[in-house]
Amino acid sequence: MGFFSSFFKSDVKSGENAKNRLKVAITSDRAVCSPEIMEQMKNEIIQVISKYVEIDVEGLDIKVKQMELEDGATPVNAVMANIPIKGSRNFRRSQQH
Amino acid sequence: MGEVIVITSGKGGVGKTTTTANVGTGLAMMGKKVVLIDTDIGLRNLDVIMGLENRIVYNLVDVVENNCRIKQALIKDKRYPNLYLLPSAQTKDKTAVTPEQMKKLADELKEEFDYILMDCPAGIEQGFKNAIAGADRALVVTTPEVSAVRDADRIIGLLEANEIGQTHLIVNRLRVDMVKSGDMMSSDDVVEILAVDLIGVVPDDEHIVISANNGEPLVGSDCMAGQAYMNICKRIVGEQVDFIDFEAKKGLFQKLASILKK
Repeated sequence: MGFFSSFFKSDVKSGENAKNRLKVAITSDRAVCSPEIMEQMKNEIIQVISKYVEIDVEGLDIKVKQMELEDGATPVNAVMANIPIKGSRNFRRSQQH
Repeated sequence: MGEVIVITSGKGGVGKTTTTANVGTGLAMMGKKVVLIDTDIGLRNLDVIMGLENRIVYNLVDVVENNCRIKQALIKDKRYPNLYLLPSAQTKDKTAVTPEQMKKLADELKEEFDYILMDCPAGIEQGFKNAIAGADRALVVTTPEVSAVRDADRIIGLLEANEIGQTHLIVNRLRVDMVKSGDMMSSDDVVEILAVDLIGVVPDDEHIVISANNGEPLVGSDCMAGQAYMNICKRIVGEQVDFIDFEAKKGLFQKLASILKK
């Protein structure tokens, strides 16, 4: 693995490497959001979704992440949320509305 | 009514002071009335780059503290009578001046000068806040290196947050040979990352070192950096100037140099 990764690296010119690394670093620099704001956003999302389905608040996970895109595209930041739903009963009820 | 331009970068040592000296001198060569302000309190540099270090009597802090009138502190340039320098204080620190005081000073100078150039200190603290306080536009200087570009991005964000009208980018110390071999980011790469308008590309040029040694800005002289700085000045006053193709130009300058050596 180490051998192959170092072999591969030598193929990429350092200028290109600099550009790619910077894109990633700057995108996450720009996306820096204070923990308080993240917490506030998380709580509001819980409130909204709880109106429709019962969710597992403990298992909830929200973060700002870079989205995987096809090669060459400028990276895009996205708010990624994993919101586990408790049971399917709630879903059926929301469909009836 | 004049325009206040702040020259800033975030990272130190990328060429803010050299840019301020050359752009200011170039604008003066075009007949504009220009004043350069060294806002780096405690680390005075613009005066030595301009070759005016022996003429300092009063400084920026004296003006702000009303120890003298603005006119008394302004040093007239050696070569251009319409170019002035307001030097920084060497013995005080950044807290000797506030953004409000800088804004007031800039507004007063606008009455008399076409261009007021603020040479900003490195960093994003008080010195930066002082330098951008009265600015109408900003020139962000970077080199094609990861650390400088990253800091430039932070600075551009802060300039936007402070509602500085226009922000333009100068890519400094570009090594054409290294860009060609793929071992340096091109100016296009840097522009793509920072997403801001480019106003000039200055190649790495040993003449810059010589010009700093002699305390005489080289803008307008017959070397690549001299031409690049002049083009930036023309773009500042609103002229449309094509970007120099250093690849082709280098051949020409090298030919000229080799002819002169013979």
